[in-house]
Amino acid sequence: MLKYLKQLTSLVAVIAVLFAFTTESMAAKKSKTLKNTIKKGFVRCGVSQGLPGFSNADASGNWTGVDVDVCRAVAAAVLGDASKVKFTPLSAKERFTALIAGEIDILSRNTTWTLSRDADIGLTFVGVNFYDGQGFMVRKSSGITSTSDFKSGLSACVNIGTTTELNMRDFFTANGITYEPVVFEKADEVVAAYDSGRCDTYTTDKSGLAAQRTKLSNPDDHIVLPETISKEPLGPVVRQGDAVWEDIVRWSLNVMIEAEEYGITSANADAMKTSENPQIKRLVGAEGELGAALGLDNDWSLRIIKQVGNYGESYKRNIADTGILPTRGPNELWTKGGLLYVPPAR
Amino acid sequence: MNLKSTTSSISDFFYARPKLKYYLPQALTIFFIVFIFGYFSYNAQVNMDNRGIDFGLRFLGEESSFDIQFTPFVEYDGTKSYATAYLVGLINTIIVASIGIFFATILGVVIGISRLSPNYLIAKMSEIYIEIFRNVPLLLQLFFWYFAVLRALPLPKDAINFFNLDVSFLSIKGLYVPRFIWTNGSLFLTSIIASIIVIFFLFKFFKKEQEQTGKQYPKFFISLAIIIVLPLLTFLIGGVSLDFEYPELKQLSATIFNFQGGISIIPELMALALALSLYTATFIAENVRAGIEGITRGQKEAAASIGLTPGQTLKLVVMPQALRIIIPPTTNQYLNLTKNSSLAAAIAYPDLVLVFAGTALMQTGRAIEIISITMLSYLSLSITISIFMNWYNKKIAIKEK
Amino acid sequence: MIENLNFLGKPSKDKLNLFVSMGIFLFLLGIIDLILNSFFETNITSILPRWLNYFTPLLFSFIGLHYIRIELSGIKILDQLNKNINSNWFNAILSLLVIFVLIKTIPGLLNWLFFDANFIGNTKEECTGDGACWLFIRFWITRFMYGLYPDAEIWRINVAFLMLIGTVITAFFVGPKIKKYIIIFLLFIFPFIAINLISGGNFGLVWVETGAWGGLSLTFIVSIFAMLFCFPIGMFLALGRRSSYPVVKYASIGFIEFWRGVPLITVLFMASVMFPMFLPDEVFMDKLVRVIIAITLFEAAYMAEVIRGGLQALPKGQYDASKSLGMGYWRMHLLIILPQALKITIPGLANTFIALFKDTPLILVVGLLELIGMIDMAKANPYWLGFAIEGYVFAGAVYWVFCFSMSRYSLSLEKKYKTDR
Repeated sequence: MLKYLKQLTSLVAVIAVLFAFTTESMAAKKSKTLKNTIKKGFVRCGVSQGLPGFSNADASGNWTGVDVDVCRAVAAAVLGDASKVKFTPLSAKERFTALIAGEIDILSRNTTWTLSRDADIGLTFVGVNFYDGQGFMVRKSSGITSTSDFKSGLSACVNIGTTTELNMRDFFTANGITYEPVVFEKADEVVAAYDSGRCDTYTTDKSGLAAQRTKLSNPDDHIVLPETISKEPLGPVVRQGDAVWEDIVRWSLNVMIEAEEYGITSANADAMKTSENPQIKRLVGAEGELGAALGLDNDWSLRIIKQVGNYGESYKRNIADTGILPTRGPNELWTKGGLLYVPPAR
Repeated sequence: MNLKSTTSSISDFFYARPKLKYYLPQALTIFFIVFIFGYFSYNAQVNMDNRGIDFGLRFLGEESSFDIQFTPFVEYDGTKSYATAYLVGLINTIIVASIGIFFATILGVVIGISRLSPNYLIAKMSEIYIEIFRNVPLLLQLFFWYFAVLRALPLPKDAINFFNLDVSFLSIKGLYVPRFIWTNGSLFLTSIIASIIVIFFLFKFFKKEQEQTGKQYPKFFISLAIIIVLPLLTFLIGGVSLDFEYPELKQLSATIFNFQGGISIIPELMALALALSLYTATFIAENVRAGIEGITRGQKEAAASIGLTPGQTLKLVVMPQALRIIIPPTTNQYLNLTKNSSLAAAIAYPDLVLVFAGTALMQTGRAIEIISITMLSYLSLSITISIFMNWYNKKIAIKEK
Repeated sequence: MIENLNFLGKPSKDKLNLFVSMGIFLFLLGIIDLILNSFFETNITSILPRWLNYFTPLLFSFIGLHYIRIELSGIKILDQLNKNINSNWFNAILSLLVIFVLIKTIPGLLNWLFFDANFIGNTKEECTGDGACWLFIRFWITRFMYGLYPDAEIWRINVAFLMLIGTVITAFFVGPKIKKYIIIFLLFIFPFIAINLISGGNFGLVWVETGAWGGLSLTFIVSIFAMLFCFPIGMFLALGRRSSYPVVKYASIGFIEFWRGVPLITVLFMASVMFPMFLPDEVFMDKLVRVIIAITLFEAAYMAEVIRGGLQALPKGQYDASKSLGMGYWRMHLLIILPQALKITIPGLANTFIALFKDTPLILVVGLLELIGMIDMAKANPYWLGFAIEGYVFAGAVYWVFCFSMSRYSLSLEKKYKTDR
């Protein structure tokens, strides 16, 4: 029997070593994500469960929104076709774990960029596509016109596992107001609870407030209070450990913003190939080898601008024209007084 | 070589080596288990290294920075650690499970007995109740109570005022009852404990007296007197007094009202307790019915033949035997109820799953540690109840040859 | 006080007609009073103070019943009634309360469900009545049944289910020989066909990713697959638990107690959040697959306990007899023990399946939208806000129909197999 035991142990050892090698080697390959995306033929994009202006599906299942456009830009760059995206609606709770688990490759879900998220849970934020802040929404009939009107005993509806939950606490504690947090998992449930009167106020990013207001039974009965109580830089997220993929997503977004800076639109992108400005020519792929640095062909940026548009076009189409937020606010180019200042694509 | 000769040669092989036959399958099982665990841990390690996450329980000491809505018994706010948040979640789970068990038992026993009533209407109503609430999933019942019923309650301004007494209110934000404010409350508590102990010893004395002399004392009235008089004395002499803090409507703005003071029971807790009780009561009712029906008719007839009234029969003959049949499956139902309380994650009740495996998980991202701790907590609760159940089963089992 | 009602004398047989007629009159008077109070806002006893008005129907009917309570009156129906509903005053009050509650609630309920409800139409505006807006259900019914599955491919799901139902029904009506082949077909070949049909990707069918599966069809898919696979696993666990090898025994006990001790929600979280970390980076398991595996293992533990009950119920003589025939462990179990044990446990198996079916709604917590998840999605649609009650009543009715029929069937199975031995 001892003989058998020894044989068994050696068998175990061999198998363990084999596995160690294979997994080690598998883990060491570069940009698996890019390879897998090309192999699958579509980009796997994690979005919200329905936030007008950012990621929302209409009745036939077509997704639109600024977050959606980020994923479409990556698809245009990597696969050549902005429509080759598979959208996975995720709640605030499962968004990070879906990304970590490999269910999606980009999380474009108006996610706030914070230190703990960047450093602690194995994810990387690759940019900001919407500068926002947290605010409160109340009923007009309540007579509250500013957060200084808040009194102790208030109940506030919020989404679970968001920076909103934490900021709300900081705000109320700083102002000495005792409040009752009512946390739900799905944004729809939060809105429904607020609408029914279960809570007196609803808090999330101001863009979210504006968007969700369209889902209330009487949107005109509610107002968004003017104060902004936190910084909420929203942007796309990818898994840590895949540097090439990070760069692709980061620069796809940057290209969209820089294109608007140089006045390149989806309409005139082709014409811009003959421009005088070398940077414009680089952005439309007529000059330079920017694509090769990312592992893509040189027309990647041209495809983004042509198929998705520049940042301004995306914003106008999804947020301004739909009435959610008619003005750009901080989401304007730095040359026009806003916060959009991206590194140059060269 | 066909299958038959192969299998017979294999069995001959093992037959000649009994020790091998004994140890080999076990060694294989151990190997298999170790292999699976090793494979999982290895992959987990590799994945976490790739993402730059580290494994450990240190995060439990970090500040949680989120508030919880319902924190009785524990002082909690965002500056406390995740470990405190875990404690709050655990206590909330135990609270809702206890409330659920209490009401489910009462309701279940009532309905179980009604099911056996000779009154056709009552029996039929119980049957309809059991069939309806047993066959609809618990999650759906929970959603119905929370989203459909409790959301339809009025705003605090128009809250339902029970009997117009201004003592207790029911609104969409919860049920408000007066808070008891005790002065010298511990004295009151000790007086109650003392009276219980006195009654216990008195009962023993009465029983001995009855066995020796056949004299019966009015046990019920004497114990009632003791349990009323002793605490009353503490009120009159001991300096114990009871004040009430009534919930009052406070206006926070033009249309926002809220109740301050008193104890508030949030609608999430009400919905969860309601759904759990109604659902589990059906199973307990069926158990009670099976228990009582399982007592052979001979017992009831024999009891009647020695002159016991139906009430005495129930109390002295039927119930003790029926309990033996009723209690094990009912304890199982209590276990199920405790596990089902985890559905609080679907509505906003801050129990262990929502607070720890929900918010804390989202904020720290430590999936493996948090989910393992949550599962271990429920496992400990279940194992405790199972151990008790096994002990009770052994104790009351009829010894069979 | 009750004796004071006897001013006409105790209700007895000799003055039968007097008492019966007065009793019935008073009883009906009470009921009419209640109906007038509740539905027509009139009050025939308005001269009495307000608090008494609440109780007048009860009072009248109670007195009426008291007069009817004649022992051995000779009229068969009356005796039946008395023995049943009216045996003493406590029973009478209970019966009256039940009748009154029914009278007060049932017309309102029927009104809401049927008479004032809207059945025809297509848009929200056509929901004009006070009653339920069943248009909401009709509009969304495809989504409730099939989730977000593309409309053009729904026929594939229908084909898969029809095949299943057809095979099961034929299995009832054919002889045992063909039945064996049908069972082998169902267990081994049909899953392949079903997966290929519904998921697509091969044989020219469009690939539909599992995120789009949903609705009632997803409920059935998850339940049926979990049931299929948890059965063999449960059987092995039950055998393992009764094994004489301590390692195997304790491993089985540990496994069973672990899965039985944790709530299904944590198991689902583990499957969707924790489990992917345990797989190497390259391997990606679809979320639905992970969830089905988790549910299968979870139910296998319960199944193991049910089968263990069956194994324990077999008299030891069966084991002794097979051993005395020289049968080894596996042969004994395969030929003698398991067939008998499984027959005993069939009602338990049915109950486990019903429990599994009722547990599937929990998968909406991890993002798989089965029936209740789809209803949540539909009722959050801005155009169709406010129809939560209709949605939940519909879902409740669907689940109730299935679970009730399954439990009736399992009861009949229980009766059938009880007499078999």
